Order: sequence, then structure tokens, then C-alpha cells
Amino acid sequence: MKAKNQRLTLAVLAVVAIIAAALLALSALKDQAAYFYTPSDTVRDHVQPGTAVRLGGMVAKGSLKRLPDGVTITFVVTDNAASVPVRFKGIVPALFREGSGVVADGKFDATGQFVAETILAKHDERYMPPEVAGAMHKSESLKK
Amino acid sequence: MIAEAGLAALWLGAALCALQLVAAAFAVAGKADLAGIVRPVAVAQAVLTALAFGLLIWLFVQVDLSVALVFENDSSEKPFLYRFAATWGNHEGSMLMWVTILGVAGAAVALFERKLEERTLLATLGGQAVIGLGFYAFLLFASNPFARLNPVPPEGKGLNPLLQDPGLAFHPPTLYLGYVGLSVAFSFAIGALITRDVGPSFARAMRPWVLGAWIFLTLGITAGSYWAYYELGWGGWWFWDPVENASLMPWLAATALLHSVTVLATRDGLRAWTLMLAVIAFSMSMVGTFLVRSGILTSVHAFAVDPRRGTFLLVLLFLYIGGALALFGARVGTVREGARFDPISREAGLVANNLLLSAILGIVLVGTLYPLVLEASTGTKLSVGPPYFDAAAGPLALILVAVMATGPLLRWRRDNLKPLLKRLGPAAVLALVALIAVKLAAPAISALSLFGLALAAGLALASVAPLWRRNLLRTPLFVWGMVVAHLGIAVSLAGMACDSSFTAEKLVAARVGETVAIGPYSVTLDAIDPTFGPSWQALQATLLARRGDGDTLTLQPQARTYWAPPTDTSETAIHTAIDGQLYTVLGKQAADGRWQLRLWWKPFVTLIWAGGALVAIGGALALVGRQWRGRRKPAEAWA
Repeated sequence: MKAKNQRLTLAVLAVVAIIAAALLALSALKDQAAYFYTPSDTVRDHVQPGTAVRLGGMVAKGSLKRLPDGVTITFVVTDNAASVPVRFKGIVPALFREGSGVVADGKFDATGQFVAETILAKHDERYMPPEVAGAMHKSESLKK
Repeated sequence: MIAEAGLAALWLGAALCALQLVAAAFAVAGKADLAGIVRPVAVAQAVLTALAFGLLIWLFVQVDLSVALVFENDSSEKPFLYRFAATWGNHEGSMLMWVTILGVAGAAVALFERKLEERTLLATLGGQAVIGLGFYAFLLFASNPFARLNPVPPEGKGLNPLLQDPGLAFHPPTLYLGYVGLSVAFSFAIGALITRDVGPSFARAMRPWVLGAWIFLTLGITAGSYWAYYELGWGGWWFWDPVENASLMPWLAATALLHSVTVLATRDGLRAWTLMLAVIAFSMSMVGTFLVRSGILTSVHAFAVDPRRGTFLLVLLFLYIGGALALFGARVGTVREGARFDPISREAGLVANNLLLSAILGIVLVGTLYPLVLEASTGTKLSVGPPYFDAAAGPLALILVAVMATGPLLRWRRDNLKPLLKRLGPAAVLALVALIAVKLAAPAISALSLFGLALAAGLALASVAPLWRRNLLRTPLFVWGMVVAHLGIAVSLAGMACDSSFTAEKLVAARVGETVAIGPYSVTLDAIDPTFGPSWQALQATLLARRGDGDTLTLQPQARTYWAPPTDTSETAIHTAIDGQLYTVLGKQAADGRWQLRLWWKPFVTLIWAGGALVAIGGALALVGRQWRGRRKPAEAWA
């Protein structure tokens, strides 16, 4: 093989590899990316059960209940315009409490309850996930 | 006074940096009069940045609350180690560390680089000065660490409790040495493009610098992974968090560069590609710095929030990457391509390695940036997490492992399939046996873990194969380095696969006195007691763990509350056995008085970090081996 042909082959191989990687990446992105929803968004968009979703809002006051197994809780996430019931089995972050911001990763089940796999709460006293801040801001301005 | 002295040192350093650039530019252009001052200026500049950094450390250790940064992140209640390490546990301090390492790396090149042709070296130091100027400007105009506070507050706010860990003293400096050390490779590429001096001797000069940065990067990532593992209490060791990806991307590029620079040094091939990778590697460091330091991310690591800084960094990023790529585009045509090689040869194996590493890098980059770009352009918010990265990067990583097993068994320049298959035979058989054994033992295992374990076994055998029938005492140290590093990958991969497939997890609400079975252990909740430390109070569970008839172990996970700043964290308690780790977390008290406990049995999880350490040790052996050999036998520095 001449040097020039070899460079050409290498270049073609590289391009093929990159296109293959890009296709792999795009198809994985399409299937695996979780869109962020506020409770109002979930009502408006009719999110299908089983789709991975990131739900953000505020833990509604008086909605937090602990189930008898001692490790499962249910609560309601609200953005003051709409509400979503959530179930979570696990140890909640230290700053998770009623009236505080929360982001939950999970899926809706067939009954319309959101089953959270992980819960992110306000990280420390000074920090709030931007999604939550945005969602709260949106619902605040809706009320006015 | 100390803060003012620090600021003055920084301004002086910036001025010297400008002088370094001008002198290097004149010298490269052929006006030799200023050539003599480039090296001393580079060294003086490094001394000044180190002085500024040392003064900032002094301010933190002394808790000088008249300095705004100290007030925000330090507190006199903390022990010495955290006052010391708090220096870089914040935006301004870590950027000063960045600039300091940049300066010191430039000075190291000025002092110790002997192999590089003089003009290229001067151009390299000029390149280092160009990078330096941008980041000096960022420090002085957008991130001044020495700003004063008036009036002086009585007590500081303290360090984020998640950072109050010995890991803070080790992880960021190591990672930054790797990150910023890659700037040297970048400047070497710039220098070589300017003087058109690209060849084996250039590659031999560049290699130790790449290797050095890569070793630190490997150590930093490994240490950071273990830190997140025990500190966050989530039982995971890698979360595909953007900040983690920010350190992984330069590592992927540097790993590719490390291998392509070897092709350039040995066979004078892959010239343009090696230069490109050197540019990409440090560009990834800068992308990482932008992601972490601009506050653009929502992640556990992103503590800085200030859009002005983000814009500043973004402009620097575009200037440097764009400038380097423009230079590359303009000059690459004049870089002759070197020797050619056969489709079955060591070179071809290394090209496959480079393609796969680049593809994985692309996948990680897309997954990390896509949510940011999408949100910035359309306002749509989404998160890209482990499912994406596992699905897209996992299969490619496994193919890469197969290539890694094959590569070292190939001859340079030309090889034949038949002898290759013979050399590869034992490893392939072992991988197949492992595949069948694992599948029979655990039929429900995921494909990724199954092939991971099989390939890990094959790679482990194939990595030591280059030592077969060699006199081990006379085997060059750099061959040992390659063997150890590749073996490290096999060890780490086995740990990852075991952890993801065989981990047992239990979440329970237990009464005091109750016993829970987890993996081979039975764990009894013996007591819950209040306790306290220098800056926190906590509830501490005493867990008694017993394995078969063995001794009883005591584990004491805590739920802590820090006072400054007020924050709750959970401290895990981990017992390391020879075949895995018992990982325990104390949760909240349930309404009826029971306590939430989260327990994991993680078989062979420690292999993940042991493998990482082996990879770094392999790198160190290669570095020492090359330098030593190069000094002893300069005529045949290459074998």
C-alpha cells in the first residue's frame, strides 16, 4: 500500500468510526435522556408511564407520609399550579423536608403515581437546583 | 499586608508572563537578543505564582478574616488540615492553584527540557505564556483571591462539610497537576507547529511531560472516585456527573496521546494526529475548567455561581482552542506524514486504540454538553445520566479492552495473523472459559458485566504475555510499565463488573437489637448514641457485623450535623475484607422509633481503585524507565 493510500484508508476508517460513535450516541440520547418536568408540564404533556423523567418542584406542606415498612415515604410535589403524588423508597437527603425544593428522578406508574428512584434536595442551606428555582419562579409568576 | 503582597506577586507574575511571550516571539522570529531571558523569566514567573499561592495558604491557615475569601470558606474552629486545604476548596483559590501549576509547569520545561530543539522550546514557552496571560487576567479581573473585607467579621463561614475530608488535601492538587500539566503538551504542539519541527526527537521530548500529567490525572480520578464513594454515602463510585466527566475527558485524550506519541517516537508515524491530540487533550482540560468553574452545571460539585466568570472562561476557551486549531489548519499541510505501516502491526493496533478512545471521548463530550446546549438554545431541560453513558460508551470500552489485549503482542511495522493468533491464544481461551463460567454461575448477569469479566480475565493474561520468555531482570522498565498499567485496567474492569453485578443492597428500618443479613454478613444494630467532633454533632449507630463464625466487627456510621455552615451529612462506615467491602449508612428515624439503615455488600469493589493505582504505577515505571535508559544509552534511547 502506498503512503497516500494508507492515509486515505486511515481517514476513511476514522470517519466511519466517528459516524458510528455519533449514531450510537444519538440513539442512546434519544432513548436514555430524561426530560425535566414541573408538575404543570406533566399534566399538560401527558407523560407516558414508564418514561424516565426528572420531576422538580416543592414538597407540598402536610403531604409527607411514612409507610409502615419504615423506609418508604409518599409526598406530593407541587409548583402551586399542579401537583403530582410521589412514592420513594430509600433514605431521603438530609435537607428534604416539606415546603422545600426537590428534584426526583423516576417514572410514572400506571396509576399516575410518580415512583422516584433518586431524590435530590436542596444541597445545602444556600443552594437550590436551578430547575427548582426556575419552576418555583414560574409558578410564582403564574399566581400573580 | 500579606494579601496585598500576594496580589502584587500576581500582577508582577502577569507582567513577567507578558515579557516571556514577547521575548519568545522575538526569539522565534529570529531576533536572538531576547532569547536568553525567556527561560529565567519563565522561572521567575513560576516563583511569583508559587509565592502568591503560598501567601494565600498562609492567610487560610492563620484564618485572616479581613480577606473575603478566607471569611467565606474558612473558620478558626477547624483543624489545621482543613484550614490548609480550604485554600483550594473554593473558586478563587482553586483558580490560583491552576495558574500556579501552569507557571510551575512552564518553569519545569524551561529548566529541565534538554532534548527539544532550541527554537521549538522557545516557541513552546511562548505558547505557555499565551495560556498564562489569559488565566492571569481571569484571576486578576474576575476571581481575585486576595480581596479585602471591611469591617472584619468576627468568625468565618466555614468550609462546605462535604469537603471537610482528608480527600480535599490530596484529590484537587493531584487532579490539577494532571489537568494543567497537559498545557505543556499543548504548548509543545504549538511550538512544533510554529517551527515545523515534528518528528521522533520532538515526540521523545514531549512524551515524559504527557506521561507525567497523565499519571497525576489517573491518580486524581482514582482518588476522587473513592472519595465520592465513601463521602456521599450513595454506594456508587462513578455517577457520570458532569464534573466527573470533566476529569475523564482529558484523561481519555491524554491516554490516546500517550499511545500516538509512541508511534511518532518509534516509527515517525501519526505526526499530524499526535499534534491534534495534544491540542485536544488540553482543550478538554479547559472545557472541564469551564464546566466546573463557570457554575453552569447543576451538580454536587458545582459550588461557584457567577455568570460573568462563565463568559470570561468561555471567551478564553474559544480563543485558545480556536487559535490552536487555526494554527493547526494553517500548518498541518507542511507537516509531512511519516513512515507507513501494515494493517496488522503494532502501529495499526495503536491507531485502533486512538480511534476508540476518541470515539468514547466524543460520546462523553456529547452526553455532557448536550443538556447544556439544548437548554441554552431551546430552554428544554433534560438530564443525561448513567443509562446513556453505559449504553453508548460501554460497548466501545469493551472493544478497546480487546484491542488493548492484542496491541502489545503485535510487532512494529508488519506482523502476520497466524503467529499473532498463536500469541493471543491462551488469553482468548481464558476469556472464553471465564465467559462460560460466569454465565453458568450467574445466568442473570448483564451483557456488559459478563463480557467485562471475560475480557478482564483475557486482558490480565495478555498484559503479562510480553514478559513471557524474557529475562525479567533485564526487561526494560518501560515494558514493565506497560504491563503493569494494562494489568491495572484488567483489575479495575473486573472490580467494576463485580460491583455492578454482584452487589447486595438492603434498605431496612431496624430496632436497636435487630439483626439484618446482608451478603455473607449478619449485621446487628447494637446502639444509637449521640456524639460530637470539632465542628459537628452526630447520631452514631453501632453496628456489630459477623461473618460465619468469624470475629465480630464494629462499624459506626453517623448522621452528622455541621455548625459552620449548618449542614447535614451522613458519614459511611466501611469494612474492607479481602473479597469486598461492607458499606453501611445510617438514615433517619422512622415514626415508630425504628432506624433506617442502608447496607451494601460489594464484592471485589476495591479492585476498581487498586486497578487505578496500578495504572498510575505503570505510568511511573515507564517514565522512570525511559528517563533512566535515555540517560544511560542516549544512542539507542529507543528499543
